[in-house]
Amino acid sequence: MSWEPRPVPEPNPETERYWAAAASGELLVRECLDCGLVYHYPRSLCPDCFSENVEWREASGGGEVYSYSIARAISGWPEADLPLVLAYVELDDGPRLMTNVDADPEDVEIGTRVDVRFVDTDASDVAVPVFTPVDD
Amino acid sequence: MAMAESVYVAGAFEHPTREAPDKSTMQLHAEVAAGALEDAGLEKADVDGYFTAGVPEYESGLSPLIMADYLGLDPSYADTTDFGGSSYVSHVGHAASAIRDGRCDVALVTLAGRPRSRGQATGSGARDIRTVQDSFERVYGATNVGMYGMAAQRHMHEHGTTSEQLAEIRAAASHHAQYNEHAMYREPVSVEDVVESRVVADPLHLLDCCVISDGGGALLVVSEDVRSELDRECVEVLGFGEAIGHHDAGRIDLTRTAAEQSGSRAFEEAGLGPEHVDYASIYDSFTITVLEAIEDLGFCAKGDGGSFVEGGTLRAPDGELPFNTDGGGLCSNHPANRGGMTKVIEAVRQLRNEANPEVQVDADVALAHGTGGSIGTRHGAATVVLGREAP
Ligand SMILES: [Zn+2]
Repeated sequence: MSWEPRPVPEPNPETERYWAAAASGELLVRECLDCGLVYHYPRSLCPDCFSENVEWREASGGGEVYSYSIARAISGWPEADLPLVLAYVELDDGPRLMTNVDADPEDVEIGTRVDVRFVDTDASDVAVPVFTPVDD
Repeated sequence: MAMAESVYVAGAFEHPTREAPDKSTMQLHAEVAAGALEDAGLEKADVDGYFTAGVPEYESGLSPLIMADYLGLDPSYADTTDFGGSSYVSHVGHAASAIRDGRCDVALVTLAGRPRSRGQATGSGARDIRTVQDSFERVYGATNVGMYGMAAQRHMHEHGTTSEQLAEIRAAASHHAQYNEHAMYREPVSVEDVVESRVVADPLHLLDCCVISDGGGALLVVSEDVRSELDRECVEVLGFGEAIGHHDAGRIDLTRTAAEQSGSRAFEEAGLGPEHVDYASIYDSFTITVLEAIEDLGFCAKGDGGSFVEGGTLRAPDGELPFNTDGGGLCSNHPANRGGMTKVIEAVRQLRNEANPEVQVDADVALAHGTGGSIGTRHGAATVVLGREAP
């Protein structure tokens, strides 16, 4: 399964490693070695203290749904992807990130435990992180 | 510290159109500018400051040049702050500062747009990837209504807010819109009508969303010297504040907006508090936008917005906090998908006793608040406190 015809991320020098890591099955976050902030989306300078002493860190991939909404129709969106669960997932590593929860909308609530998985795009060095509920 | 110079809104004009297939957007800018000048009793040649935000149809990033060229303006001061829909509230505050600095005396603010004629639909998704953030948002189908839906869902989760409480905000706006001959939707709707309308993005229903309309509006902000030569009743700019809310590196809180900061800054400058506000224009892209702003501006405690709006609180003329007496963006007008302009205009009408008679409030102090962009990602907040002139 390919991500297209949905819009595809456009890597830039600050983010290409994030997308390439996703293509090899890793979710990365940024960590500031000066102030300790773990943040998303990737930036070369820490958005809290402007330090350039920041590293990539592999996130556990687990988290829980912070909030969500279900779109029934989005113009230009593939029918097979609707209804679409738009969500913020709070990673166990800290930051909240916008994503999709790939699940029956009935199975998604605030607090639902989720794990990351990656959907390939037509570009070999770009995959898109989404989340699925964890069976408990 | 010396008292700051008083600054006034001397002219306000809302275009009566809600659908303008046969006009250009720049033509609408010119028509509202002419309307505001006539309202104030000023001439085009008096304008020496010009304020406008982006011109979405043109996307050139050169809106001050394009617009000054088209309108034939030669301003000594220009400002094109673009926070989305709240921009025009910011422009009033920025114009007041520029006037107090002696940079201009007659500041023209214009807004126009034609999203209705250009066929934009509620919930339509922006697909273009331009900024770095787009790659982390738009790829997931992050529509505006979806992001506000997430805010509403989280507010409900944390505070027990209900769809019926959100619906009362639309119902109150529609109660006001029935008296506005220009409103897009004049038929009053009930709480049941709202919650029974189709769900667009859970938990928001179609009637939780603002209208999509063509149109525009303009304001004239003037110095004390200019004001003293006008016969027109004017409105004093008592206080202004703005702020930006954003992802905060991954700590975004969907239940809070930057109205907490913009509101407290505006109240501090005015030397007033929420208890002094007789009428409020509150940005209403969606019902949840109103609810969160009411809390953040301090009209009630965080989380109490749902119970606060129940029981007719927002309904003019007798509610505790009459709001959006023109019907607001929810029922009357949301020109260019940017509602900050009409928020200021209705507040000016209230303070000049020019609101529709059925919803005219006995108001000495009015507030206009804008929320631009999306509270689901990043947004601008701008608050202006306006006062009736002493007789
Ligand atoms: Zn840092």
